[in-house]
Amino acid sequence: MIRKSLFSLLGTLWAGAASADWALNMPRGVTELSAETYELHMMVFWWCVGIGVVVFGAMIISLFMHRKSKGVEPATFSHSTTAEVIWTALPVVILLAMALPAAETMIKLEDSRDPDISVVITAYQWKWHYKYQDEDIAFYSSLDRGSVEARPKNSGIDPFDVENFLLEVDRPLVVPKGAKVRLLITSSDVVHSWWVPDLAIKKDAVPGIINETWFRAEQTGTFRGQCTELCGKDHGYMPIVVEVVEPDAYLAWVETHQQDGERVAASQ
Amino acid sequence: MTTAVAEAQDAHDEHHGPEKGFRRWLFTTNHKDIGTLYLIFSLIMFFIGGTMALVIRSELMQPGLQFVHPEFFNSMTTMHALIMVFGAVMPAFVGLANWMIPMMIGAPDMALPRMNNWSFWILPVAFGILLSTLFMEGGAPAGGWTMYPPLILQTGDAFPFLIFSVHLMGISSIMGAINIIVTILNMRAPDMWLLKMPIFVWTWLITAYLLIAVMPVLAGAVTMLLTDQFFGTSFFLAAGGGDPVMFQHIFWFFGHPEVYIMILPAFGVVSEIIPTFSRKPLFGHDSMVYAASCIAFLSFIVWAHHMFTVGMPLSGQLFFMFATMLIAVPTGVKVFNWVATMWRGSMTFETPMLFALAFVFLFTIGGFSGLMLAIAPADIQYHDTYFVVAHFHYVLVPGSIFAIMAAAYYWLPKWTGHMYNESLGKLHFWLSTIFVNVTFFPMHFLGLAGMPRRIPDYSTQFADFNLIASIGALGFGISQLVFVYVLLTAKKGATATDRVWEAPKGLEWTVPSPAPYHTFDTPPKARIAEEAFE
Repeated sequence: MIRKSLFSLLGTLWAGAASADWALNMPRGVTELSAETYELHMMVFWWCVGIGVVVFGAMIISLFMHRKSKGVEPATFSHSTTAEVIWTALPVVILLAMALPAAETMIKLEDSRDPDISVVITAYQWKWHYKYQDEDIAFYSSLDRGSVEARPKNSGIDPFDVENFLLEVDRPLVVPKGAKVRLLITSSDVVHSWWVPDLAIKKDAVPGIINETWFRAEQTGTFRGQCTELCGKDHGYMPIVVEVVEPDAYLAWVETHQQDGERVAASQ
Repeated sequence: MTTAVAEAQDAHDEHHGPEKGFRRWLFTTNHKDIGTLYLIFSLIMFFIGGTMALVIRSELMQPGLQFVHPEFFNSMTTMHALIMVFGAVMPAFVGLANWMIPMMIGAPDMALPRMNNWSFWILPVAFGILLSTLFMEGGAPAGGWTMYPPLILQTGDAFPFLIFSVHLMGISSIMGAINIIVTILNMRAPDMWLLKMPIFVWTWLITAYLLIAVMPVLAGAVTMLLTDQFFGTSFFLAAGGGDPVMFQHIFWFFGHPEVYIMILPAFGVVSEIIPTFSRKPLFGHDSMVYAASCIAFLSFIVWAHHMFTVGMPLSGQLFFMFATMLIAVPTGVKVFNWVATMWRGSMTFETPMLFALAFVFLFTIGGFSGLMLAIAPADIQYHDTYFVVAHFHYVLVPGSIFAIMAAAYYWLPKWTGHMYNESLGKLHFWLSTIFVNVTFFPMHFLGLAGMPRRIPDYSTQFADFNLIASIGALGFGISQLVFVYVLLTAKKGATATDRVWEAPKGLEWTVPSPAPYHTFDTPPKARIAEEAFE
């Protein structure tokens, strides 16, 4: 396996950074707010690069020019009020330029009013439970069989042979494209956290508390995430899969699964 | 000074010289001996914690489980953090404080020497207890060093031992901090008024106040965990009307100042070293003091930036975002001042200077990722991923630990009376710097690409960067053996002069190398000593 990943490492280096295996950056995601979050991330990143160029630039110039081996006589200055005022005030301005758009996005992220669909998510050690509030649909979602078989120590199965190793579940959360989906998140045991990077949603599942968040996916597709709060031995084994489908397909899905739910209810 | 007086003093010294054998170390009240004990203890813990890090990195070298089970993996991450934070970084700085503060302010010893002895000897007991949990039923604590309930309450037999050892570490830190404050405020040379103090002394004074303020908070939090577990209380249990999130608030009220407890003395060290090897006074001495004080104050009002995903009201999130961003201002002042100190200096690049320069570069990178993490909406994506792991390892390894290394090389000749092996010191520096980046830089990418922290196994798309990080970690670990070799052969080098370096400032360079067992039996004239250098 080491050989395999070394090989893929060389391969990706060869093929350049374009390879999907070589993800370097935060995904842009599929919601308006995930794109905004990505833009914020890039904006702060470029500010940091800019400040880095100035600070490290000055330092590197100094490292090469102001060395004893070049016979430089040290200057004796030890303060400059002007310089100190500038490099205290200027960062404040730069910080404001970052803080205002960040606050704007934050306000939108917290506005979960008027949802089209509400799903109650309950975390368990170590699986998720989804309950659609307005439909008769509720199910557990846990690690897919392929990963379950491959995960034990010395399982003899190469993770590279398992599709979506550790990122596949038996039953995904299905939501329609374009709908505002409100998530009500809680836990039945310890603290967990529900995260799907492409939706830019991460919210802790805390026992005794119901947290609220929302997303509106603008593209169909399958989006994967994982539990992101240490929750015990199988913390690494409770992935999240969200399937975003066309509204028609969603209605059809609800139709079939509602019947499932009724059958389950009847048999109890 | 007349010969007769000198002889009388020598005789006096001999009478109070160190005891022989283990009694010297067990019963010592001498700040230099206690400093040495702290530093050796910290080095041992650094290697124990480092070994655990290598267990983690070995398991993560490739996808699939190869070496350990998930529960043991979680124990390793938990114990690695506790040992590195409380056993390696904090004691190393207390050791440096013990050795250097009395010598830098012209005091004969620490103000409370017996308490000094006790505050050290509690530590081996505390870590003995903590390490013994590895052999207990149910394994060592595996709920993370943050000890969030309810998960931490699922710990097996180790639970009360974890709490007790954290209590002991806290008691040790509080006593050490009291000692440092009392020493600095009462035992300075008569003409060393507060703003004349070296920056290392200043940063430690501020750090000591932070310690006294927050260690009791941690003690309170873990005591409530203990009573929740054994005495039927429900401070943090929802079923009994408690609130698990409350623990996180209390923990991070301790935890964020704790971050600065581990970095402020590092700022102090770097502020001593850069002027020496730039042959130029520290730029903006007073603004350095004000900046450190600002950072210390702000550290108390930013704790919930560790909890942006926990479900806080919008106003709370905005407040903690703005407050956190503000920290960039005083921290920036510090970095700018270091660069301005180098500017138009006359630099040489001995090992301590190399470590200090790497500190400025790499700590600043950790600062940049810190600024990114402060942006609340972006933090929702970064939170609890390898991006955070990369961030805090950048500020703690090439930050705090490089500063400790720099300090060790800088003052080693003063401690031993001999120059260490400069070529090996430089080798140690270059290996450490290269490998620390190979280890931690790829973790930024892992986090952004979506890898959560504290997982024993991961999806195959994360394989490449994990492999690189693991190779880096192994290299970094092995490189530290060079440091041990340099320390073991520290007394074989050329005899050190009293000044040791070409242009150091401060009272510690006015005493002989090695520093005699007792220094400054009579208070020195700090300003006269300083002017003698100019």
